[in-house]
Parts: sequence; C-alpha cells; structure tokens
Amino acid sequence: MAERQDRGRVEINLDECKGCQLCITVCPVNCLEVTTKLNKQGYLPVDYKGSGCTGCGLCYYACPEPGAITVFRLKKSA
Amino acid sequence: MSAPVYEPYLRKPKTFYEQYERKSGDPTVTHYCPGCGHGELHKMIAEAIEDLEIADRTVFISPVGCSVFAYYYFDTGNVQAAHGRAPAVGTGVQRARPHSIVISYQGDGDLAAIGLNEILQAANRGEHMAVFFVNNAIYGMTGGQMAPTTLPGMHTTTSPGGRDPRKAGNPLRLCELISQLDAPVYVARGALSGPKHILRTRKLVRKALQAQVERRGFTFVEVLSACPTGWGMNPPDAHKWILEKMAEFFPLEVFVDKTDSEPEPFEIPEEPPAEKLHELLRISTAGQVTFSPSQPVEPKYANPRIKVAGFGGQGVLLLGLGLAQCGMMEGRKVSWLPSYGPEMRGGTAHCHVNVSDHEIGSPLISRPTVVVAMNQPSLEKFEPQLVEGGLLIVNTSMVPKEPSRSDLDVLKIPASDMAKELGNPRAANMIILGAYAAYTGMIGKETALASLNTLIKRKHLVDLNRKAIELGWEFGTKARG
Repeated sequence: MAERQDRGRVEINLDECKGCQLCITVCPVNCLEVTTKLNKQGYLPVDYKGSGCTGCGLCYYACPEPGAITVFRLKKSA
Repeated sequence: MSAPVYEPYLRKPKTFYEQYERKSGDPTVTHYCPGCGHGELHKMIAEAIEDLEIADRTVFISPVGCSVFAYYYFDTGNVQAAHGRAPAVGTGVQRARPHSIVISYQGDGDLAAIGLNEILQAANRGEHMAVFFVNNAIYGMTGGQMAPTTLPGMHTTTSPGGRDPRKAGNPLRLCELISQLDAPVYVARGALSGPKHILRTRKLVRKALQAQVERRGFTFVEVLSACPTGWGMNPPDAHKWILEKMAEFFPLEVFVDKTDSEPEPFEIPEEPPAEKLHELLRISTAGQVTFSPSQPVEPKYANPRIKVAGFGGQGVLLLGLGLAQCGMMEGRKVSWLPSYGPEMRGGTAHCHVNVSDHEIGSPLISRPTVVVAMNQPSLEKFEPQLVEGGLLIVNTSMVPKEPSRSDLDVLKIPASDMAKELGNPRAANMIILGAYAAYTGMIGKETALASLNTLIKRKHLVDLNRKAIELGWEFGTKARG
C-alpha cells in the first residue's frame, strides 16, 4: 500500500528569500526550515522540509517577497 | 498507482513585472528589508488586481517613503506623487480618466503628517479611489523617526526617551478620523501579523478594490505593518509586537461599510468638444494659424532672451506674453516665466521670455540679450545683467536716467507719453511690442496685430491696441533707419 500523499507542496526560490522566517511562524504543520547555506543576497533562506505540506497557503501570504514562494496543491484524481 | 500531480495554487501575481528594472543584480527581488510589511501588502493588492482583471485600467499612485518605488513592481499605470500628495494626484487621475481604478498607496509619515490635508479633503469629497495606508508607527525610509502614529512611550531616533504625549500628542487614529466624514464608503483597519489577521487583511484589500470596480466611492484601508529594521527587532518578533502593542492602540475593526447598499450612480462628465474648450478658456483660434516670419532677422537679434520689467499694472507680463505669442505664431519655440509680488497693482513685476529656433532648455534667464525697462528701478536692476552689446529698450517717459553702460544697443522710446496721446497710458506695452518688432525684425507686423485676438480678452480694447502696435512699429522702423 502506498504512503499517504501530502495535500500540498511548497517551492521556495532560495535566491529570492531574505530569511525573515515569517513563513515559519505561520506554518501550522511546521514543514519549513532554515537552511545553512547563504544565498546570493547573503541571507540564510528558508526551504521546504520535503513533506508534510497541506497546501494551506499561509506561508505565501506571510512572505513579503512576491516571487519567493509558490504553493502547489494535489490534483484530485478524476 | 501513478505519481501524485501537484498544481500551482498560489504563485507570484501577474500584476507584478517579471523583472524589476531598478535592481541590476537581483532583478526579481524587491528593495524592501526582510520581513517588511510592504511586500505582503503589495502581494495582496497585486493578487486582487489580477483576480478582478483591472490591471489595464488601474493607476497606482506611489508615495514618498519606502514604497516610493512601487512603480517598479506593479505592471499597471503608475504615477509617483510628491510627499503626501498622492490623494490629490489620484483625484486628478480620476477626474481626467474616470474609467480608471485609482490606488493611493501611502505610509504613515506621508499620509498622516505632511499629507493629512490631502487625505481628509479627498475622503470628504468621496473621490473614487482606494487608499491603502501602511501604518508602521515610524518613518521607515529616513531611519526610524517619530511619526504621527508612533505609540506613546515608543522609542524612536527623535523620541529617544519614548514618545511623550504631553509634548508630542497622542498617535493619530486615521480610520477613526476618516470614519467621521459622510462620504467614505469603506473604512477598515487590518494587521499584517499572524495567520488570522493576514487573511483578514487580504479580505479588506479585496473588498476595497471590489468597491472601486463597483464605483462606490472612497475606500480607506489601514494596515498595521512591521518595520523590523526601524523597530530594531527580528521579523517574527516585530510581527508579534503588532498584535501585542499596536493593535491595542489601533483597534482592528471595520469602521464604515456601505458596500452592501446600492451605489450612487457614477456619472462620467461629458468632455466638451475642442471648439467649446477654446470658448470656455477664451482662447482665440486665430493663434493657431502659423505666420511665416516676414523678414530675415539680423543675427544679433535672433533667438532673443528677453527680460521685461516695470511696475505692476504697466502691462509688463502681457508684453512678455505678446512677445511669446508672436514667436509661437511664427513657428518658433517660446517660453514665458512671470515673476511678481503679491500685489495685484503696484509693486514690481518682470518676466522672462525666450523665443528661439531651437528647443529651450530653461525658461529662466540670468543673462538676457534684450531688456525692456518700463521704469527706473527696472533699468537699474536689469541693465547690468545684459550681455555685451545687448539691446536695451527704455521707456523714457518713466526713466529720466541715462543708461550707464556704453556698449549697449539702446532704443529709447517715450512709450507712456505716446500711449497717453493715443488715449490710454496702459497701451505703452503694445507700443513697445510694435517698436521691438520693427526695430529687430524678429516679429512681422501682421503677426503682432493678429496676436491681439488672443492677447486682449476685452474685445473693445483690441482696436486701441492695434493703433498702439502700429504707432510703435512706425517708431521702430524710423529708429532702425
């Protein structure tokens, strides 16, 4: 039997992230974390842990950068 | 079982440019500090504009402050206004382009201090615009000074001991102030902090813009927003501070909501046709005929930089206008810049006139090639400014003194006496216009006479002024020899 699929997924453009971590403060399932490698701008960006996202979109609205976060939702199978 | 398929749900709104031209190194990131509320609000507005499909008719007014560069981000119409004047500029945009959706985006220094008058007047007139007021309790861009919205006891660079309400007053609650007026249809305050209030603020933003689409009138949304840099906090703490401290003083409420009622009919005033406009503004269409210069101009008189000076009431400014009008009618580039005191009569006045075959860089003239001195003080003031060999026209009726320089080309004309003989001493200016035209050849006689149709508003005076120009022309021709 296959594992239960996550309802959502987050993609973070690591070079656009300024490391303010507001997304982490609003994420209800704690699926985001600070990375350890400085990005082009000199910040430690936040990235998706890889699993657990529900696709709620709170991180998107808390993030001040227009293009840093894209939220995906699982396509419901027909 | 097939692999799960994920679809984009929330992505960068299309209202934003793909690349922000100002930043060469990182053209996809904003200039805002980490954790700044501007970015969050920008996104909410951009998302709403995209969803309402109004990007093509939205005019975004950027303020002065950190968000001064909003026009680098929003792919809409954009105007950047002087400090605090966004609602006034927005009013103009709305009146000139009634179909547009006007967004006035302002910070607290901009809106609540220097622009307090503009915002209250625009709100009171019920201008059709959505105002987004970003309140971060501080002047952010200039380095964290006390703003009208700074909380009591809050430390800023200009209130190092904390804001003292006894000296600096209490913070201005703008929503409460504006909700006292009759006209606004929607006044609400939100906060960019925590999931609940972030999502609520998003709704307020959408409601305000929806009201613009429905032509309801003036909407005002205040947003409590973090300035982690100015407050000296990390972004998560700054966001907490908004709800813990700011929201206590600035209640998060909807103060006015008339968006459920039937909107008042939105009438777009008809634009008058061009002919009607001329009539309304009392502009003669005679000025639109291009006259060709009637004679070759001597090189030393070509492209003059003219200063006309005298007492107020001598027609100094009108003479300058006449010189510019004639130049324009002959297809030249012209500028006219008046300078006068508060007196309507008396006092002194002068104007700067450029008439040129080339484009004019500045209307201001510091080294004139022609000076018209209608009275003694003008001669004393402006004779020294003339270029070497420049033309000095002296109204000898009013100027008993001789010019002091010997290098000048001097045309002496008793214009005021001649005008008195003609029946009206105030026609001296047109006598000088005629004399200048004939003496230098810069203006054709027909041009000068035709210009009166535009220059003289009271038509019964046109005839007198025609006679004055002809008299001056005769004088100038004789003097030229």
